Amino acid sequence: MSAFVSFKNVTKRFETLTAVDNVSLDIEKGEVFSLLGPSGCGKTTLLRMLAGLETPDSGRVILDGQDITNLPPNLRRVHTIFQNYALFPHMTVWDNIAFPLRVARYPKQEIARRVKGILELIRLGDHDYKYPSQISGGQKQRVAIARALVDQPQVLLLDEPLAALDLKLRQHMLLELDLIHDKVGITFLYVTHDQGEAMSLSDRIAVMNNGRIEQIDPPAKIYEAPRSSFVAAFIGDTNFLQGHVTSISHDYCNLAIVGLTSSVKSYNDKAIRAGSMVHLSVRPEKIHIAKTPPEFKDDLADKINLFSGVVEDIVYQGSHTKYWVKVGAHRIVTNMPHMRFQLDQEEITWGDSVALWWHADDAFMLEQFHATDAALIDPPAQYEEDVEIFRGTGNEP
Amino acid sequence: MKRSLLPIVILIIVLVFLYLPIVVLSLNSFNASRFSGTWDGFTLKWYSTLMQDRTIWQALVNSLIIATFATIGSCIIGTTAALALNRWQTRLQTLHNALIYTPLVVPEILMGMSLLLLFTALKIDCGRHTILLAHITFCVSFVAMTVLARLQDFDTSLIEAGRDLGATAFQAFIKIQLPLLMPGIIAGGLLAFTLSVDDFVITFFVSGPGSTTLPLRVYSMIKHSRQMPVINALSTLLLAVTFLAVIASRLLQIKRVSRSHPFISTTIGGTNK
Repeated sequence: MSAFVSFKNVTKRFETLTAVDNVSLDIEKGEVFSLLGPSGCGKTTLLRMLAGLETPDSGRVILDGQDITNLPPNLRRVHTIFQNYALFPHMTVWDNIAFPLRVARYPKQEIARRVKGILELIRLGDHDYKYPSQISGGQKQRVAIARALVDQPQVLLLDEPLAALDLKLRQHMLLELDLIHDKVGITFLYVTHDQGEAMSLSDRIAVMNNGRIEQIDPPAKIYEAPRSSFVAAFIGDTNFLQGHVTSISHDYCNLAIVGLTSSVKSYNDKAIRAGSMVHLSVRPEKIHIAKTPPEFKDDLADKINLFSGVVEDIVYQGSHTKYWVKVGAHRIVTNMPHMRFQLDQEEITWGDSVALWWHADDAFMLEQFHATDAALIDPPAQYEEDVEIFRGTGNEP
Repeated sequence: MKRSLLPIVILIIVLVFLYLPIVVLSLNSFNASRFSGTWDGFTLKWYSTLMQDRTIWQALVNSLIIATFATIGSCIIGTTAALALNRWQTRLQTLHNALIYTPLVVPEILMGMSLLLLFTALKIDCGRHTILLAHITFCVSFVAMTVLARLQDFDTSLIEAGRDLGATAFQAFIKIQLPLLMPGIIAGGLLAFTLSVDDFVITFFVSGPGSTTLPLRVYSMIKHSRQMPVINALSTLLLAVTFLAVIASRLLQIKRVSRSHPFISTTIGGTNK
């Protein structure tokens, strides 16, 4: 099956900077596909090449079987929602939405019918006579969506569309975008640096860094099974552990971890052989914390990694509390949700000796590791020493 | 608290300084005496002389025709120049900018002379067309400067949005960029029109037979025929027209504000949920 949108070995340079570096990517019809990455990772450039606002230096862009690499933007049935909305300030809401129909010379009645229909979809029927300066940010956003959808493009491109809105409105607009996608069913290409937006909206996410794609997978897989240390650190919070395999038993291997005295057991999905170097990512919510650990039954005890440490920092975050615990040479971060009943009913405070444990299935082996990615973990300053531990040990190019 | 009188005093002094000469001029246009020093009673005879003087009206028509075409010409050339300067930001741009800027600071007498020399060298007979060319030459700079200022904070993503939504480069220019630059073009055009109607020095050099503009005519009336009171009457009429234009533009602005007022009140009232 051939994809609806394809980037084939696309490269784009701006003077000395390589914004997009030999990227290949397939997007299916009707999919919500996100490009996620830090600013400057090339995600917007990739989007602009699909819109026709940039031309790749090499590689092809294919839309619905047609090579559109050198097609001017007005001949592509692809519309963009810009970060600043780019509504035309000298036109009313109605005229803004009618713009794509007018330049395509649709008949007058058809324009009126379509604009009216889409105004109902975005629930702005009463505001059609207003100018962009007279409506709120959320309304502007909806007008921009309506304007981009009114002549039924093949792909809708969204370039950080929610970045200018406040948190509540952002969550609201996310739901609205999801609803609109369900109604119109066209392909969405969504560019964002916000993992929350990408996670909640997308069918698949491509995580980008330095002009390259690190991983393309559905949101859950991106989070639970990150391929590289960059993906693990950029999306959510994590702990990195590094060591080598000492022994293998069935699907599990024992690891000697740098900076930890006792060995760590981990599920071995990569079929890694004894003696080889591995990097683990352990999400904070998979790590349990208590003053005294519970009793584990025999078969479970075999797969539990239990450590003791000293609490260094505590951040209360409402739904959960974050603890930084010094274990050996590491600072392990763990999240504990607030429940009425806890295994340990004593409150944990600074300087307490605590037990940490996680199940061998809950750590994930990374295929690629770069020491500098440890600095991405929030808050980076506290991880400088961790970066030091890893420096020169990762498989950096 | 006792309010200081100083601001009011300064205001009065400034107003007197600005408007007293105009008031004296207007009063003298109704003065029966030929000389402004004495008041010989109210009269409208200078106005009737003015109405009968065909040369003045011919000069006014000349001025208006030249100003209109100079405005149109300089708006087109000035806007295209500004667009080009803004678009191609090369190293030469600084030089181009300076070249556009120069006519604003070159002494008029120099420009008038150089233009006259040019026209003579090219064996072009002086007349309305040479005045028009000269006016366009110095008006282009003013239009280009105002449009450039407008272009400097122009959001280019609007053009991209237009192209992205299916507009050709030409459609995007006509439907998006041009309307948004219009305030700058109109401001430049008004400036050009005023400067053209007003110009004496350059016009003096490049005018020919039958192409006398109003400033040239007024000057020759003072110089040769001692028709001061008629000039006063003419000035008073011009002043009246100017004031009416200013008031009309004010009224238009007020009307526009009140038309948009309902939107503003609904926005403030929060009924736009």
